[in-house]
Amino acid sequence: MAVADEFGVLTKAFTGLGVDEKSLISILGKWHPEHKQSFRKTTRDIFVEDERQFERWDDRHVQKLQQEFLRFKDAVVLWTMHPWERDARLLREAVYKGPKYGILVEIACTRSSEELLGARRAYHSLFEHSIEEDIAFHIHSSEKKLLVGLVSAYRYEGPKYGEEVAKSEAKILKNVIKDGAKKLHEEEEIVRILTTRSKLHLKAVFKHYKETSGNYLDEDLGDHLILKQTVQCLCKPETYFTEVLDVSLKGIGHDFAKEALTRVIVTRADVDLKLIKEEYHHLSGFTLSHKIEEIANGNFKDFLLTLIARGDQEN
Amino acid sequence: MATLIFPEHPSPVADAEALKKAFQGWGTNEKAIISILGHRNAVQRKLIRKAYEDMYAEDLVKRLESELSGDFEKVIYRWILDPEERDAVLLNVAIKHKPSPDYRVIVEFSTIYNPEEFLAVKRAYQHRFKHSLEEDIAQHTTGDLRKLLVGLASPYKYAGGEMDVKLAKSEADKLQDLVKDKALNHEEVIRIITTRSNAQIVAALNHYKDSHGTAITKHLKDDPANDYLAALLTAIRSINNPQKHYEKVLRIALNKPGTDEDAITRVIVTRAEKDLNDIKDIYYKRNSVALDHAISNETSSHYKAFLLALLGKD
Repeated sequence: MAVADEFGVLTKAFTGLGVDEKSLISILGKWHPEHKQSFRKTTRDIFVEDERQFERWDDRHVQKLQQEFLRFKDAVVLWTMHPWERDARLLREAVYKGPKYGILVEIACTRSSEELLGARRAYHSLFEHSIEEDIAFHIHSSEKKLLVGLVSAYRYEGPKYGEEVAKSEAKILKNVIKDGAKKLHEEEEIVRILTTRSKLHLKAVFKHYKETSGNYLDEDLGDHLILKQTVQCLCKPETYFTEVLDVSLKGIGHDFAKEALTRVIVTRADVDLKLIKEEYHHLSGFTLSHKIEEIANGNFKDFLLTLIARGDQEN
Repeated sequence: MATLIFPEHPSPVADAEALKKAFQGWGTNEKAIISILGHRNAVQRKLIRKAYEDMYAEDLVKRLESELSGDFEKVIYRWILDPEERDAVLLNVAIKHKPSPDYRVIVEFSTIYNPEEFLAVKRAYQHRFKHSLEEDIAQHTTGDLRKLLVGLASPYKYAGGEMDVKLAKSEADKLQDLVKDKALNHEEVIRIITTRSNAQIVAALNHYKDSHGTAITKHLKDDPANDYLAALLTAIRSINNPQKHYEKVLRIALNKPGTDEDAITRVIVTRAEKDLNDIKDIYYKRNSVALDHAISNETSSHYKAFLLALLGKD
């Protein structure tokens, strides 16, 4: 490979998600001091010219690099963990290092009743508090009531629901939304319906809402992100996860948008990743694997692609 | 301590036969039913139900329902069900109570049962009623009462013994401020009572009493017509001292004109195998009358005889 090409490959090995370990070994491993110096002098965004005449590695880039080296380790640890511990730790992080409402909604609403209960048990063991009390204590915004309600839920999962009740609750939601309150997530009836009803019941409410108003409930809640996410996670999680992946893969997001890629693939690999792949393809025109090839590197990339391919073998 | 007296190894087959005999002929032999069922624990009762079903291809529960009536039928029905199913039934009855839900039952079970016990009741509720307990409570209540009751029924509280003294102090101080501002329906009150573990709440209540002189319950007696305040007071008392709460329920149920049999049945049936003896002691200390005596005076016939059997009469 020509040296200039090597510079390009090396730069790519350092950018994107994860690091391209093989390229780093094969290229850096054989470079002599003059090659390294040449690389340092020409790669302006990684190295800066110091006033005392040497090329200094930009601090922020080293930190970012550290994060990228750890990305594979984080994926492996998350994948191997018991789902209860995994969800308990994700919940904890979402409360204490954020707060990240999206993740709280995601875990509370996309897990089954027993899975969520398990996560709450694990939380007791790990942190000697309940997640309910920690959220209630640490979150002070108006979203608190909704969040505590969602994470406390132990929803009925049987096949029965009341068609008439679902119709009337769709109507209630329609009216509350029409009244246009600013803090819709504080409205008593919205909180009641979304935090206590079974998922099957809510899907019926969703259906009646569309039939009577002509719109999709999650779209009408577009101005209230937390409610939109709640409805999506409860009624059609594939749509929610597809949107999260889309943002994450566009590569422009903050750190936690990038972490979303690992989280979604690892937590959905044995659940509904196949559906998510289809919907992602439908939304973006690309296959998920294609996008991951583009923006991820090395072991991290290979690990994700392997997880994604699992579903395909079960055909 | 429990009050129920039962033999170590009764024969479920013999019991089932005796019960079948009690149903035969004109009328029912209530004495036989009382002498058997009134002296069997939960495991033994379940074995009797199974034996009866195996031997006679009939559900003992349904047979009892059809043979008996009135308060006697209600107490036997609640006694013969599995404990979690019985508690689910009691909760459902309480929620559907008119004109407004009987919040006492919801408060009692959610605060006095430990998290695993209460979870088992919630599962039984879902199985029997095809709804979650939380959604039914939410649908039948509004406003502050809904927030409190759904808040008590939902969380899966931490039940480890760990207790944070600093936190207890700061939450006691917070409660004091809210009491001063007469803001007892404030979010923070509901947060502390519905999400903290019982150990943590008791620590906060004790600190409140130590540093402010009076128990917080003294400030909650202001408005008897306010269901929310009454429920909050019940919750605090139940968390602090369950047996004292039960004594009060019984005392009021026995003293009111037209005895509240449903409340008496509930307390006796749900506590006979747990701490009814302690409740009896408290009742005697408080009223200078034995509980057995008071029940004898206010109830009658087979209903009375069964209650007394559960209270430990041989």
